[in-house]
Amino acid sequence: MTLPEDRKIRTMIVDDEDLARQVLREFLSKHAEIEIVAECANGFQAVKSAAELKPDLVFLDIQMPKLDGFEVLELIGSESAVIFVTAYDTFAIRAFEVHAIDYLLKPVGATRFEAALERAKERLSGKLPPAPMPAMELAAAARPPQQYLDRIPVRDGSSVFIIPVAKLDYAEAQDDYVALASQGKKHLKQQTISSLEAALDPSRFLRIHRSYIVNLERVAKIEPYGKDSYVAVLNTGLQLPVSRAGHARLRAFLDR
Amino acid sequence: MHPLLAQLRRLIFYLLGWIPLAGMLAYLLAVPGGLTWWQAFAVSVPLCLLYAFVCMAAWYPCLATPLERSSVPRFLVTHGLGAIVASGLWVAAARLLARMLAGFEGFHDIVYELSKDLPLLFGTGVLLYLLAVGFHYVLLAVEASRQAEARMMQASLLARDAELRALKAQVNPHFLFNSLNSISALTASDPAKAREMCILLGDFLRRTLGLGEKPAIPLSEEMSLIHAFLAVEQIRYGDRLKMEESIDRTALDAEVPPLLLQPLVENAIVHGVANLVAGGWIRLVAQRRDGRLEIAVENVFDPEGPRRLRNGVGLVNVRQRLEARYGSQSSFVASAEGDLFRVAITLPVQSEDARASAPAVLKEKIS
Repeated sequence: MTLPEDRKIRTMIVDDEDLARQVLREFLSKHAEIEIVAECANGFQAVKSAAELKPDLVFLDIQMPKLDGFEVLELIGSESAVIFVTAYDTFAIRAFEVHAIDYLLKPVGATRFEAALERAKERLSGKLPPAPMPAMELAAAARPPQQYLDRIPVRDGSSVFIIPVAKLDYAEAQDDYVALASQGKKHLKQQTISSLEAALDPSRFLRIHRSYIVNLERVAKIEPYGKDSYVAVLNTGLQLPVSRAGHARLRAFLDR
Repeated sequence: MHPLLAQLRRLIFYLLGWIPLAGMLAYLLAVPGGLTWWQAFAVSVPLCLLYAFVCMAAWYPCLATPLERSSVPRFLVTHGLGAIVASGLWVAAARLLARMLAGFEGFHDIVYELSKDLPLLFGTGVLLYLLAVGFHYVLLAVEASRQAEARMMQASLLARDAELRALKAQVNPHFLFNSLNSISALTASDPAKAREMCILLGDFLRRTLGLGEKPAIPLSEEMSLIHAFLAVEQIRYGDRLKMEESIDRTALDAEVPPLLLQPLVENAIVHGVANLVAGGWIRLVAQRRDGRLEIAVENVFDPEGPRRLRNGVGLVNVRQRLEARYGSQSSFVASAEGDLFRVAITLPVQSEDARASAPAVLKEKIS
């Protein structure tokens, strides 16, 4: 993320309100080193533009159509430095937990804006350490307590899919990714299976294996498979391996 | 003041209660006492009338020795002494009365005859006094429970008042922050528009301040408040925000609590229009039917959109205000079907004329 001295900072503005974008555009226009590469009015557009343009810096509203700011950050990853801009102060802690550079409150003042931009430049020139963890892990960590995911945004190139958790059949770990199986398709997402497990409602989803989380509504039966091991048979007939610990958890759940 | 003297009706009932006692006293004086029936009644009626008032004095010792907080000796001494004094006075009055009656024909022997009955009279006097003491304790208990009830009523009224005050709708601060941000943007690009928005925002705020204090306003006023609100939001959202209205002319003068509908419209914007890329519409329908006001606010929304903060806070507040104000006379239903969200409320109509004829108690509660 370190930039050469002479390159311009490629900047993207994401806000669903034209006037809110206008304020930021005006503030940014005073800085010759800033190049505004895109302005987006909703979450889908933001992810698409970010994937195509790879901006260095993103000013990101939180409450927007399609995807909220946190979901956008989760999908564009830590490739860009992010400054949140919102009227709500309640998201501040969450914003810093996902290593946003700053958190600006509307109405945005010039002094506060300059300070945020200064921090962004320091981060981009390598004076500030970059985010130590992938943003999606942090997004999961910063989720408000007692609130589980109700939808999972997934990016494929520059397009975005939303998987409602009710339509998620199972998730399978694949190296740094999880494959999310939903409605006969698999979607890859860069996330560890443990952080996904933590974000899902434990009364609906169960880790049955080191590499598998299953939607309990999809499980038709559990069958022995060889000596000392089991498989879970889904409604579709698909079989998923069940580890010994997973089998104990499954039993405990079914006995309840 | 003595509770029996406070109301003439109570005093009359109390004195009526002494009539059978006077009869019993006459019987005692005539049959075991040896007086003629004429003599017995001539003595018992004035004596009982007098004693009825003497016994009312038992109220004060009863007040001074409350049953639950007085020791038994103190209780016995107080009322024993009271009985002796009262009865002694009564006997003295009887003798005086006998002497006054002695001059009349057929009453010559009354002084002598009555002097034989004095112990009997004294005993009766003590018993009647103690009876009065018991009666006054009952009276005290009734009074106390009545006061407790009144206090409870008062307390529950105060609680409801406080609840209504707490529930008073307030302008969502985030609406202000976002509007100010828009104004800040316009100051550079379109100063005239910035000024217009300042004025619209000021107009809306002034209205909410003025109306928020009132117990109820005509629907027409609430609608003009909503128009002031929408004028500000229109600048922020532009073409994305469309509002339709269908309001019965008869519904316009029906009274509603101030800022009851504005939060519903704001909710429709925040959770509906603002979540849609191309924007959407809000529809407000109001009509009067069978003495009730029916209002519905509908909007399109994105069922798959991200969840918003403050989800439902505004709606819960409106529902609670309706409930606190009208109880079961009002209804509140929020429903989502496909991409349509709808809040339907009904409340009893309180137009200007209906309020004028409302009972005084009700008006007091409203104000």
